[in-house]
Amino acid sequence: METKAKFELKLGMATREAFGKALVEAGRANRNIMALDADLSKSTYTHLFAKEFPDRFVECGIAEANMMAIAAGLASSGKIPFAASFSCFALNKGFEQLRVAVAYPKVNVKVVGTHSGISIGEDGPSQMSIEDLGLACSLPGFTVLSPADEIATRVLVHAAVAHIGPVFIRTGRPKAPVVHCPDQHFEIGGSVQLIDGVDLTIIATGLLVAEAIRAQEMLESESISVRVVDMYSIKPLDRAAIQRAARETGAIVVAEEHLVSTGLGVRVAQAVAETHPCPMEFVGIQDTYAESGTPDELMAKYGLRARDVAAAAKRVLARK
Amino acid sequence: MNTEAARLALPTEEMKRTSDVQELQAIAKQIRREIVEMITHAKSGHPGGSLSAVEILVTLFFDVMRHDPRNPKWPDRDRFILSKGHAAPVLYSVFAECGYTPKDQLNSLRKLGSIYQGHPDARFIPALEASTGSLGEGLSIGIGMALAAKLDQRSARTYVLLGDGEIQEGQIWEAAMFGGNRRVDNLIAIVDYNRIQLDGFVDDIMPLEPLTEKWRAFNWHVIELDGHSIPALQAAFAEAAATQGKPTAIMAHTIKGQGVSFMENNPKFHGVAPTQEEMQKALAELA
Repeated sequence: METKAKFELKLGMATREAFGKALVEAGRANRNIMALDADLSKSTYTHLFAKEFPDRFVECGIAEANMMAIAAGLASSGKIPFAASFSCFALNKGFEQLRVAVAYPKVNVKVVGTHSGISIGEDGPSQMSIEDLGLACSLPGFTVLSPADEIATRVLVHAAVAHIGPVFIRTGRPKAPVVHCPDQHFEIGGSVQLIDGVDLTIIATGLLVAEAIRAQEMLESESISVRVVDMYSIKPLDRAAIQRAARETGAIVVAEEHLVSTGLGVRVAQAVAETHPCPMEFVGIQDTYAESGTPDELMAKYGLRARDVAAAAKRVLARK
Repeated sequence: MNTEAARLALPTEEMKRTSDVQELQAIAKQIRREIVEMITHAKSGHPGGSLSAVEILVTLFFDVMRHDPRNPKWPDRDRFILSKGHAAPVLYSVFAECGYTPKDQLNSLRKLGSIYQGHPDARFIPALEASTGSLGEGLSIGIGMALAAKLDQRSARTYVLLGDGEIQEGQIWEAAMFGGNRRVDNLIAIVDYNRIQLDGFVDDIMPLEPLTEKWRAFNWHVIELDGHSIPALQAAFAEAAATQGKPTAIMAHTIKGQGVSFMENNPKFHGVAPTQEEMQKALAELA
């Protein structure tokens, strides 16, 4: 069991910023790496790449469909393009192109969505990406990654470069609590067990990993022993870790800042159903769009806080 | 035939090339015959828009473009994207004539297991530069290839064939804006302006005019020509190659169903296969 001291949860940089910095690092090591943006480079942090490698940065203007298909053409000519935008615009406005020009011919395009979920706050639902994991996972051959903090983001950007094939990386707007050790290993298809426990497992992704850790602390004070897993690889999924959680703890809560109907939860549920069925509960956004507010207010109102995760844990325990 | 077998079947000798107009016209006639036969055997497909584009593809693949069927992934090759993917038969027939793919399987078009899929599918034919069929995407993909060639300081050009109905798609104009503003002068768009789309005549459904002015307004070098005139196409591609600082858009005025009297200008043959009798009649006209 890990020591509690590790989880003081200091705020790190936003995962979008960690992406921007990692992309510059990757760009220094590999001259085939390119960045594309659709007039949001200061928000997606691709401006860092643009500054250092102006010749390898493609400003597309506000035209995401064109951007995704340009990325496909670049990749077909040996480049490793990272096309970035707010997650909702990348996946929704670029979806048709990601389907036909990228996924179907299996072209080596990397898509990075920033400002995922509802924690963008005041801008409201038109900018809030609550469907992106479902959309990205629905594309055959796509790898889908959802890092929780700056440490995971950095490693996974480099993993995306090394992987040949389309990848979607989901990042967020607010500063993210650091939940991982600096030397933590991440790989496509992997997961990280942050805390071990015996009564149930909380499988979380993105910002909800920190909430899961806080929920674990709350439950521990009530003598409930909780395993916490960061499921950063949404597709492919670490089915072995899920099966172990189901077998060894007998109950699972999945927590994500995404629609519960199409996100990580349903994918974990499928793996559980196919391997070792057990009671499950799901924390996420219900069948609704959110609204304007501060990120904290929204996470509370839409049921994405540690207390919501802990409540789901008690519900699932009651069904064990 | 799987893709590995297709690769192994690639030719060992250099393909025949010619700038001779009569020789190119003879190739065009043979391509037309194959289009009619393929689609008749498939019992479905798009003859009209395949027949309208024959001279454009023949001039490109047998005269203008630098490419090598013995080495489909040659990095310095010129690229061709059939953005109007439903005209797959004309590209398949040209590919087979070049030696990229087996000619004796052309009549397996649209059948299970065939490399000649209903719309161009790069998983089955490695020489395809893009998988198309969902209209509006090819010009953007072509921009990506043209940008990569510039970055790598290769002289390769990228040619994209667009349907006239296809350019009703908004993404085409995103790409047009990008190409003109970024001076992607190694990119050539050709509009197969045959004036018919699935539901009828383009002018009745969503008119495009004034079309040359639209492309000029997006800072493209525009050439208008008879898309069945091989000398006009040869001159236009030479002009495009000599044009610096702007991409070129060629408005190729064509006749849908060109070469088969009862298909010409007939909206029915946008997406309907000929019957056996119609095939015989068409082949007699193309003898």
